[in-house]
Amino acid sequence: MSPDTKKTFQLDGKEIPFREGQTVFDAAMAAGVYIPHLCHNPDFEPHSSCRLCTVIVNGRPFASCTQPAVAGQDVRSDTPELNEMRRALTDMLLVEGNHYCPACEKSGNCRLQATAYALGLQDSHFPQFFPRRDVDASHPDIILDRDRCILCGLCLRISRSVDKKSVFAMTGRGITTTIVVDSPSGLLADSKVSREDEAVRHCPVGALMMKGEAYMVPIGQRRYDVSPISEDSVREFHAREEAHNG
Amino acid sequence: MTRLLETAAHPRTLRRVAIEPLTRVEGHGKVTLLLDDQNRVHQARLHIVEFRGFEKFIQGRPYWEVPVLVQRLCGICPVSHHLAAGKAVDMLVGARQITPTAEKLRRLLHKGQMLQSHALHFFHLASPDLLFGFDSEPERRNIIGVVREHPELAVRGVMLRKYGQEVIKAIAGKRIHGTACVPGGMNKALTVDERDVLRRETTQIIRWCQEAVRVCRDLLDKCEHAPIFGVFPSNFMSLIRADGALDFYDGGLRARDASGAIIFDHADYTRYNRHIHEEVKSWSYMKFPFIINLGEEDGWYRVGPLARMNICDSLDTVFAEHERKLFREAANGGMQHATLAYHWARMIEMLHAAEGIERLLDDPDILGTDLVTKGERSLEGVGVIEAPRGTLFHHYKVDENDVVVRANLIVSTTNNNQAMNEAVRTVAASYLDGQRLTEGLLNHIEVAVRAFDPCLSCATHALGKMPLQVELVDAGGTVVDRLVKGADGQFCDALPTFNYDSGP
Repeated sequence: MSPDTKKTFQLDGKEIPFREGQTVFDAAMAAGVYIPHLCHNPDFEPHSSCRLCTVIVNGRPFASCTQPAVAGQDVRSDTPELNEMRRALTDMLLVEGNHYCPACEKSGNCRLQATAYALGLQDSHFPQFFPRRDVDASHPDIILDRDRCILCGLCLRISRSVDKKSVFAMTGRGITTTIVVDSPSGLLADSKVSREDEAVRHCPVGALMMKGEAYMVPIGQRRYDVSPISEDSVREFHAREEAHNG
Repeated sequence: MTRLLETAAHPRTLRRVAIEPLTRVEGHGKVTLLLDDQNRVHQARLHIVEFRGFEKFIQGRPYWEVPVLVQRLCGICPVSHHLAAGKAVDMLVGARQITPTAEKLRRLLHKGQMLQSHALHFFHLASPDLLFGFDSEPERRNIIGVVREHPELAVRGVMLRKYGQEVIKAIAGKRIHGTACVPGGMNKALTVDERDVLRRETTQIIRWCQEAVRVCRDLLDKCEHAPIFGVFPSNFMSLIRADGALDFYDGGLRARDASGAIIFDHADYTRYNRHIHEEVKSWSYMKFPFIINLGEEDGWYRVGPLARMNICDSLDTVFAEHERKLFREAANGGMQHATLAYHWARMIEMLHAAEGIERLLDDPDILGTDLVTKGERSLEGVGVIEAPRGTLFHHYKVDENDVVVRANLIVSTTNNNQAMNEAVRTVAASYLDGQRLTEGLLNHIEVAVRAFDPCLSCATHALGKMPLQVELVDAGGTVVDRLVKGADGQFCDALPTFNYDSGP
């Protein structure tokens, strides 16, 4: 194969070009194809924990956010089986926490809510857990509402790798897993976190929020009011690529 | 006489009749009657059978969520809860005086709410009784009957409500359960386009509201029951402006007694608990507020449209003020005590709201963009407004971390609790006492409750097809007569299957 030949793989029958080192997810998004995802933010290292971006590569399931693109691969994403699995995963995340979308300040800007809509999830099909989770509002600028946490780990990764503070960690096992704060009291107010931290700006579900910003964006102008997450994610990805390429 | 009917001396020796659920009211409630062998009424009670728990489950939530969260109390007047909570939260952030644009947007939102809620109640819920008669055929006495026999009136009701909802949508983003109030102001300015779209219709809307007042007045004039139905003396309470004019959004509290004498005036609503306490009774989930100075026995009062027309000195819109004067003249300048006068007062308020909407849309401030202000933080906030059904109190305490630690809500229907019970007893004593019960007679009780437009806590719309079960039980607990209305609206005589040893 000539080095000038553009490498491609097949995604749901469509030819997707990719650069060496790109993941299946990145190549798909660059080509304008949305793959549902929650724990992955293309600005940061992928983690492949939510499994929502699972695709079938040559007959086997892989998380597309970490799966390297290889020429000639046959990738399936938008299939009834995979979408059903994504709906079930999203449904489970919704019933495991306390997600009161009607009154939530993140509503309209929430990736979990928007993803559920994108997948056609209109109501829950599992019993609600109604877990008792603590709200940490001790910090003057930041609130940690564990009711909304989906344990995607994004705040941990960003705090560790970008902010260099490692404010957050996970503790417990299985269904009792929860986010904890590195401070003598276990409260945000006593930790190193500050309003300038990247970690508090990228929570996909509003478990970590800045105080004083709630409901300031009117209905109709919120992120996913303007366009569905499938379009918004692709547009954002392209903007990031353009910025990256100068 | 009626007060005596609250608790019978020997309830277990009496027959029990239950009207459950009440129809064409918001939410769920029931009325129980205890009768002796001669069908004499010994006890009549209105029960609220729902439990919501909002005051408890907002504890632990950050205060800025409260206006959006508590509006879920209701699908009919969420704006009322949103605004009352919004005012309380303003106090928490030290913004007792918000910007002129923010206040006018809130007032516009509130008037849209008042318009749509009053239109819904009169045209959809109350008019069937007045158009067809209290004991007319039940299959006719509902909104479908109105659509069939008075299509223009039914469409008018729908269009008026729609307009009110459009006002709400322009400000809050959605017709039901939007977001508008944020701590210290509003989150969205009104655009010129939105203003113009709403303004184009105001002339028509005001005209329809004027006709609605006339229709209501004519129906009451023709109603043989109107002068005597559910008439009882009471105290009244509402918010009023500094000059004594009615104000739905802000002002001081005024209370008058049955003769019209002032009990308290221009009282600071943030200190409402210096004037009002709530009594708990073992037989109801709903509390019984009363004016402290008058005591539990005599201190109960009425709120809502009837109270507001009796309380205020004037309305600041031309057509509505003209109608208010006619209303007061009908009571010879004194207090109007007839339960059915609620409907008349409600239509006058709908007209007042429509005129107020037009005036606000013409105000240049309404297009301003200075929407939020802040001040010195406080740990306690109280917000009070005049909701469609009456005075609405929201009271919150928060801790240093911005989390709600205590909440107290006195909703409009709670303020009317004792008054609705009095209405039930008055009507039971006048119409049912010693009579053989029929569906039409029992509807008289519902008509009395319905006049208050009670919001029994949720958005359920019962339009005459909800199941209704009425039973006569003898002193031994045996059911001797039973009338059952199924979900299909059909009546049948079903055999008794259980008794009522436990009492009401």
